[in-house]
Order: sequence, then structure tokens, then C-alpha cells
Amino acid sequence: MSAQGAKPGRRTDGYATAVVLRLYVAGNAPNSAQAVANLEAICREYLNGAHDLEIIDVLEHPQRAMAAGILVTPTLSKLYPLPTAQVVGNLSDTSRVLLAIGIGSQAHE
Amino acid sequence: MRAIQRSADIAKASKTASVQPLTKLTTGIEGFDRLSHGGLPRNRTTLLFGGPGAGKTVFALQCLVNAARYHHVSGIFVAFEEKSCQIIANSAGFDWGLETLSEEQIFFQDARLSPEVVKAGDFDLAGMLAMLAAKKEDTGAQWIVFDGIDVLLTRLHKPAAEVDEIYRIRDWLADSGLTAIVTAKTEDRPHEPVKYGFLQFMADCVVRLGRRQEDRVTSQLVQMMKYRGSGFAAGEFPVTFGRSGIEVAVAEAMDVSDRPSTQRISLGFRDLDSLLGGGVYRGSSTLISGLPGTAKTTLAGKFLETACDRGERTLFVSYDEGVWQIVRNLASVSIELKKHIDSGLLQMFSARTEATSPEELFSRLRLLINEHRPRCLVIDPLSAIARSGSPVTARSVASRFVHVVKDVGITLLVTALSEADDPVTESTNLQISTIADTWIHLSYLVSGGERNRALTIVKSRGTAHSNQVRELVLGNAGPSLTDVYTAGGEVLMGTRRWEKEAAAADSRSRRLVESEHKHRALNYAVARTEAEIKVLQLDLERQRAELKVSSGEESTRQASSLSREDELRAKRESVADKPSKGAGRDKPR
Repeated sequence: MSAQGAKPGRRTDGYATAVVLRLYVAGNAPNSAQAVANLEAICREYLNGAHDLEIIDVLEHPQRAMAAGILVTPTLSKLYPLPTAQVVGNLSDTSRVLLAIGIGSQAHE
Repeated sequence: MRAIQRSADIAKASKTASVQPLTKLTTGIEGFDRLSHGGLPRNRTTLLFGGPGAGKTVFALQCLVNAARYHHVSGIFVAFEEKSCQIIANSAGFDWGLETLSEEQIFFQDARLSPEVVKAGDFDLAGMLAMLAAKKEDTGAQWIVFDGIDVLLTRLHKPAAEVDEIYRIRDWLADSGLTAIVTAKTEDRPHEPVKYGFLQFMADCVVRLGRRQEDRVTSQLVQMMKYRGSGFAAGEFPVTFGRSGIEVAVAEAMDVSDRPSTQRISLGFRDLDSLLGGGVYRGSSTLISGLPGTAKTTLAGKFLETACDRGERTLFVSYDEGVWQIVRNLASVSIELKKHIDSGLLQMFSARTEATSPEELFSRLRLLINEHRPRCLVIDPLSAIARSGSPVTARSVASRFVHVVKDVGITLLVTALSEADDPVTESTNLQISTIADTWIHLSYLVSGGERNRALTIVKSRGTAHSNQVRELVLGNAGPSLTDVYTAGGEVLMGTRRWEKEAAAADSRSRRLVESEHKHRALNYAVARTEAEIKVLQLDLERQRAELKVSSGEESTRQASSLSREDELRAKRESVADKPSKGAGRDKPR
């Protein structure tokens, strides 16, 4: 998986702050695969590329997940803007994801 | 050759099928290892369930601590419910030295899902298990604990997902080769973990920790529910929490194979020792039963004083009176305990037993014994442990206690309050009387306006003992025994005995005088008869002599008359010759 978008915190356009996201998945497990698809859709639709997403496979990098205090998969971690937040699950509930990463209000404008 | 080849093939086949024979890992919880016949199944999963506060976390963590400390095997503790720092803080009361163990030895993984975490769809534990696998590779852990898995499951919100995740964990555990303990909180019902019934399916071994409330006292227990491929002791076993953590009380080995001592030790005074053939055996247990005030404590005190005088360490546990009250009261019958307390030989401990479960008292007693290491021990009264909790529990505690004490060779003397003045009633109470080697019963005999103490030896194993009731007299010089007086089938004591004894002495002396008198009279009669015999004898002799004399005269007379006749005849013949020869007579021939 590869990172997309801009550097953390840097504005890439006139009105949005870049969102820094980490998605922890367990290989191609069903929930994980769904989460990747759901998140990429959300990013396309609501973030306009103004985000920094890294997808980490805990099967390959368990130490990184442990260091981040990740427990279940899939887990989406929002690092920026503060406060940080965590969303667990396959991210099928789009509104809750948006609310958690702090762009819900903008999305519904 | 071919046969060998084939058996090797079979061995290989069974290995690839990974069906390994069941081996066990000891938990280090002594009683539990005994009831599970050796510990938990190695490389398998054990489910530990029970209500809140039943000791699940303590049990699981204690297994890890023991493995790390005594077997140098490391473990992983996954905490779903509490924060790991809380768990460490909570176990500071135990002597585990948890803070000295490194992260390599026990690794704590916080696995609490923070309430702030937003759930947006389904999730699973694949990631966590991958992380734990990595950790296991790092530390070489052999044990793993999933503490409070129910907390995690409730966060899944879907029964189907719960079952899926349980299967995921089960498969992961089977592949990992770890020995696992999974704890789950359930309603404390005696049998099935109702909500997580499927948890049982994943486990090879299921253990229930529970509580039982009886008569205002809560006691904790452990019960083995299932153990695939192994036998175990079924039934509920009492659990206590002491310094070393959880303690499971399992009766000691069933076979009593220890070699008993043949040494006799004194119970404190000679009268009683001689009744028992020289005292009680060292390491034996003696029960003194009786009503209140029958001097049970006095006899117990005398026993310990004598032991201290021999220089032995002793322990006096009282559930009735305070320490100094006992010391004062016993001093009034010349039993001096204070000097032995001062010298440290005697340790006295007194406690109230109300609202303390028998199990707790038992574990405290064990602690006291371990600290003081006495050779002689008194529990006054042991029946106090039955004041709270169920009689069944108290009975099992009492019996276990007697056996534990015996195992370490302590000479035990316990007193027991009997409800009625009848030894048989006591035997239904705590049933110590069946375990005790010697049973002395004290009772009152009321007669003649007095209440006197009577002592009976009901039984004494391996000892010829007197079957007689004795009177126990408490004097200024200490206790002593007196033969009781039996008169007309009645046992007399106290003043009645004294009166009877005096009367007996009186009549004895009277009888003595009478018999002397009679003796004398008889002597006289004998002497008189002898004298009479003598007189008669003399008379007889005289008469005989007379007889002799008289018969002698007769024969003389007869003889003389014969000779006279001859003479006469001769004379007559000569006279007849005379006319012819008469001249001739004159004539010379």
C-alpha cells in the first residue's frame, strides 16, 4: 500500500487542512479489504486529495501497530488535525467516519 | 527392519497430524495442581470463568508469575478489561515480586478498547493476534493470558461476530503452541457460563471460580468443570487469598503413610499421663471436649506450659478469651505462661471468629504456624470455627487442619465445646472426634448440691487407657485427678466422695477392732480346748495306767492261785503218802 496526497499539515488548496490518516489492516481479511475500499471512496469524495493516507499491514509490521497501540483491525487512526481519533471497523458507516475525522460538518454543507 | 520402518512412519504421521499426547504445566498454585492432577494442559487453552471478584485475574496472573519465577518461562498478559498498570498495582499485596520481573518475562499488552474509539462497521482480532505472535517470537513466551475476553466480545455487538472471533482465537492458539488461559466474566451461576457457552467449546480445560454465601459469610471456591483427556478432582474446593496469592484448599493426600512417632509426651500432669499409659504420642492430636467451665483451657494451658518447660516452641490460639486474660486465669492454678511468652517460646494469639469464614481462619492459622514453627499447638476452642459459615465447611476445615498439622509433626491439642453433657453429641458437631487420636471428655456430675468435674478418656489410639471416670480437681498447685468413689452403682465426687471416704475409713477401723476381738476370743477358745484336751489326755494316761495295774494284779493272782493249787495238790499228795511213807519220810532213804 502506498501513501497518497500531501505532507502532513500542509495546505494544498484554499480552504482545507490536509488530513493525516493511518489505516491498519490485517492482510486481505474481508473487513480489512472493505475498509480500504470504503476509505478510499471517502477520501475521493470528501477530501479532494487534501489528505495523507498510509495503509499499514499489521501482519507485515506488527511492531508498528503495537507501537501505535492498535488492537483490532481494521483501525483508522487520524493523526492530524488534532485531536487524534480512532475508528474501528470496516468503515461502512460513512457519516461516523467523517464525524470522527472531523470533516463531517464540511461534508454536509 | 520393515517393522521399525513402519513404526517410524507412524510416528512421523502422528507428528504431522500434530496430535501430541497431553502434557501438563504446573500452575504453582499447590492445591490447584493437586486437584487438576498436575496443572493446566500444555499448548492448549484453559477457560477460567466466574463472577466479578472471583479471582480470575489473580489466578491467571499468578500462573504467569510462577512460570516466570520458578521455571524461567515467559508469558504474555493481554488485558481486555483493566489497564495493565492497574493490574500491577492491584497485585502489589501479593509476595510475587511482580515489579522485579522484566517485560521480557511478563509482557503486558493493554487491549482495552477505549470508549472514545468510534466504531464504524465490523472489525476483527486478526491484527491483534498478528502482533501477539510477533511478541511471542520476541520473548519466547510459552504462556498467554487473555484476561476478560467477555469485555472484548461485547464490543463486537454481534453474536455471530463473537463466535467468529472465538474461533479465530482458538485457531490462532492451536497454531501458536502457547499454553493459554482465557478468562471470562459470567453470571455466577453454579454451572454453565450461560452467555458464553461457546467459550467452553474452544477450551480443553474449563475452570469455574465462584462465590458462595452461607449464613452471612461469603466463601470463595474453585471447581474444575472439564478437562479433556485427564482426570480431575470434581467438586467445589475452597479458595482463599493470602500473601502468595490465590490458595486452593484441597485435602492432603488420601493415604496416610507417614511414620508415626512412638515418643510419648506429657499432657502436663502425672495423673493424666498415667491414665494414658505415659502421655500422648508426639505428633498426635488430642481433643478435649466438654461443657463451658469444665477446665478445658486449664488442661490446654498445662500441656503447653509443660512443653515450654521442655524447651519446645508452642503456639496457643484462642478464639474465646484475650491473651492476658488467659495468662491471668491460668496463673491462679499455678500455670505460668508469662515467662514463656517473654522468652519467645510460647506465642499466644487470640481472635474473634464471628463473621470470618472458616477458610479464612484456616489460612490465618497456617500462616501463624509457618511463622512460629511450633512443636506443640493448642486451639481453644476449635469449635469456634463453626460459628460462621456452614457446618459442612467448618467440618472440612477442621478435618483438613488436623491433617495439615499432623503432616508437619506438630502435637496438637484442641478443645471443643459440647452443646450437651454427652460425648456423643459432640461427635455430631465438628466430627473432630473421629480424626483425633485421643479424646478426653470433661463433664459435670451434680449430686449432693455440688458440681464436680469428671474426666473420661473416651478413646486413645494405640494406648491402653483407663476406662474409669476420674474426678478432676483444680487446686492451687494445678490440676490433679482423684479416683472417684463408686457406691451402689453411683459415682461420688467432691464432698460426697470425701464423706464416703471418711465413713469408709471409720468402718474400716471398727472392723479392725472387731476382728481383733474375735481373734482373741477364738484364741481363748482354742487355748481352752487345748487345755481340756491336755486334761483328758492326762486322765486317759492315768486310767490306762490303772488299767495296766489292775490287769497285772489279776494275772499275778491267777498265777499264784495256780501255783497254790499245785502246792496244795502237792501237799495233798504228800499227805496221802504219809501213812505208808510217812515213816519213810522220817526215815532215811
